[in-house]
Amino acid sequence: MVLHAEHLTVGYGRTAVVEDMTLTIEKGEIVTLIGANGAGKSTILKTLAAQLAPLSGCVMLDGREKMPPEELAKYLSVMLTGHIHPELMTCYEVAASGRYPYTGRFGILSQHDKDVIAAKMALTAVTELKDTPFDKLSDGQKQRVMLARALCQEPDILIMDEPTSYLDIRHKVGLLTLVRQLVREGLSVVMSLHELELAERVADRIVCIREGHIDRIGTPEEIFSGNYIRELFAMDEGGYEALYGVPELPAVRGTPEVFVIGGGGTGVPVYRMLQRKGIPFAAGVLHENDLDYPAALALASVVIPEHAFQSIRPDTLQRAMDVMVTCREVICCCKKFGEMNARNEQLLMHAKEMHLLTEDSLILSG
Amino acid sequence: MKRKLRYTGGFILLSICLILFSLLGILCGSSTVSWQQLTDILLHRSTDESAAAILLQIRLPRVLAAILLGGALSVSGLLLQCFFNNPIAGPFVLGISSGAKLSVALVMVAALQQGFVLHSWAMIGASFLGSLLSMGWVLLLSGRVRSMSVLVVGGVMTGYICSAVTELIVAFADDANIVNLHNWSMGTFSGTDWADIRAMSAVLCAALVLSFSLSKPLGAYQLGESYAESVGVDLRKFRAAVILLSSILAAVVTAFAGPVSFVGVAVPHLMKQLFGTAKPIVMIPAVFLGGSVVCLVCDLIARTAFAPTELSISTVTAVFGAPIVIRMLLRRNAHGAAR
Repeated sequence: MVLHAEHLTVGYGRTAVVEDMTLTIEKGEIVTLIGANGAGKSTILKTLAAQLAPLSGCVMLDGREKMPPEELAKYLSVMLTGHIHPELMTCYEVAASGRYPYTGRFGILSQHDKDVIAAKMALTAVTELKDTPFDKLSDGQKQRVMLARALCQEPDILIMDEPTSYLDIRHKVGLLTLVRQLVREGLSVVMSLHELELAERVADRIVCIREGHIDRIGTPEEIFSGNYIRELFAMDEGGYEALYGVPELPAVRGTPEVFVIGGGGTGVPVYRMLQRKGIPFAAGVLHENDLDYPAALALASVVIPEHAFQSIRPDTLQRAMDVMVTCREVICCCKKFGEMNARNEQLLMHAKEMHLLTEDSLILSG
Repeated sequence: MKRKLRYTGGFILLSICLILFSLLGILCGSSTVSWQQLTDILLHRSTDESAAAILLQIRLPRVLAAILLGGALSVSGLLLQCFFNNPIAGPFVLGISSGAKLSVALVMVAALQQGFVLHSWAMIGASFLGSLLSMGWVLLLSGRVRSMSVLVVGGVMTGYICSAVTELIVAFADDANIVNLHNWSMGTFSGTDWADIRAMSAVLCAALVLSFSLSKPLGAYQLGESYAESVGVDLRKFRAAVILLSSILAAVVTAFAGPVSFVGVAVPHLMKQLFGTAKPIVMIPAVFLGGSVVCLVCDLIARTAFAPTELSISTVTAVFGAPIVIRMLLRRNAHGAAR
């Protein structure tokens, strides 16, 4: 094990933030901390990185409780949240500052140091930024330079606090892909992430922090199934759709005013549009394995479901019909009908006869 | 390579300026000494006793004082800027010089009333005590306020209070030497003798060598204390060393030259512009040389601009330094960096 925390209580002064946590990080894995704002993720990371003394318990690095600072700097490196503003420093100089534990009295870089810096900068794709002042970089570039800096310490374990905040989606994915690659080469990573969908995709194990303790540790599959995320973040309204890994705003409750015939993912944008406009709606008929189904569950006030892989049965159609006739409008997102959803086509015909059918544009003006 | 060239060029330029203005400082003054006289005196061939006395006992120590103290003051400023992670920190701006001044004035007046004149070492000691006390006060203040501008205002106000108390002490002390004390409390390099030079160079050399040996952790500290700690800087020892060194450097300057304003902020800024870097390993020697040159020039102006009336050194350094500091403040504001 690369890092082991035993009955660790972290906090500031006498105030404990997270209590009695026991956690082991193995070689070559990514462990991600998730939890609500202020749950104590940063405090835990600072304590694991030996920048904050534990209130009780201990952190063992490489099987040892106390590692001298010079050794620690070669074993563990950090990437912290928040911006740094180094004065008149080029990217190369920022990255080179990671060689601190390896250089002599005056910090003069040897040829070996220079080789390592060049290799790490190449790895994080910042070689061409070498002579650019650090202040002039975009946030994405800055994070990559900071990663190069951390790697220049040649650590066994890397601790990152919210490495993806401030980054756009492309850079988020880019950074995490790189981290994944490093881990395959034997690095261990502990990080906190705000973006649950990224945590789900990148982490080997997820540690959930809630109300001052570790609530659960598990694989993404274990953590992200069911309603656990809603519980963890104490979300009373809205939802976190496990299949999509995306949060939805709370549904508009009430008698449906609009009926949406969906299926195959065509309904989701319409559901969200109706939710934004505050119009309660019904969604149907949807198979339980349909792409639209989870979003409909989260956003519609009434959902008419059908079992997976089962053609829509007559009584299901009847239930849908009953709801539809009470609505003032019907939107059909479905352009194709087949054997399984043939009865949705009947539903559409019925709506046409009753002059309930609207194009999307009519909804917008209404 | 381009960088190395720039560094070399910078050091050559500073060295030339240092030599040039040292010579000017020795030659110019109320009685002008010619080049011929200078070489004669230095080679002990001169028969002009009074010229030799002026040169060796007055001008030369004064020029050396400007070089040593100007350099020390600027390095002290650089250390404080690293420590507070802010380019407008400096011993004068933070009120550390004024604290040292007050302490020296108190001890000096007490000594004069007992009927003896203070030795150089006692002056340094008193000054160091005063600068440590006001440094302690600044640290206390910086723990309370996160904004650097507020800290600077606090420092300036502290400086005013210390100066006011010093003025009171000077006004109520009754001694003939008080005239000297008054001059000193305004800031001047005049009246330095060889004993002073020996004392200050001993302390300053030690402090400067120690400061230079801190250049590696100082460099790491530029990324902020968390990153510095993460690469193995012992923060507690490092902070203590920086506080002690910047205080002792500022204290020696105050003990011999009184408070000298703005050099500690302006010179590091100018040197960073000249060298295009903030690397301490380059900056410490560069800032020392730069501070020497600036103080030589300012002293020359103070002595010759309105001769025979001599200006206080702070009058001159403020005229050139304060606008630089104001410009830096404005630029920081424009960047919206209220760190």
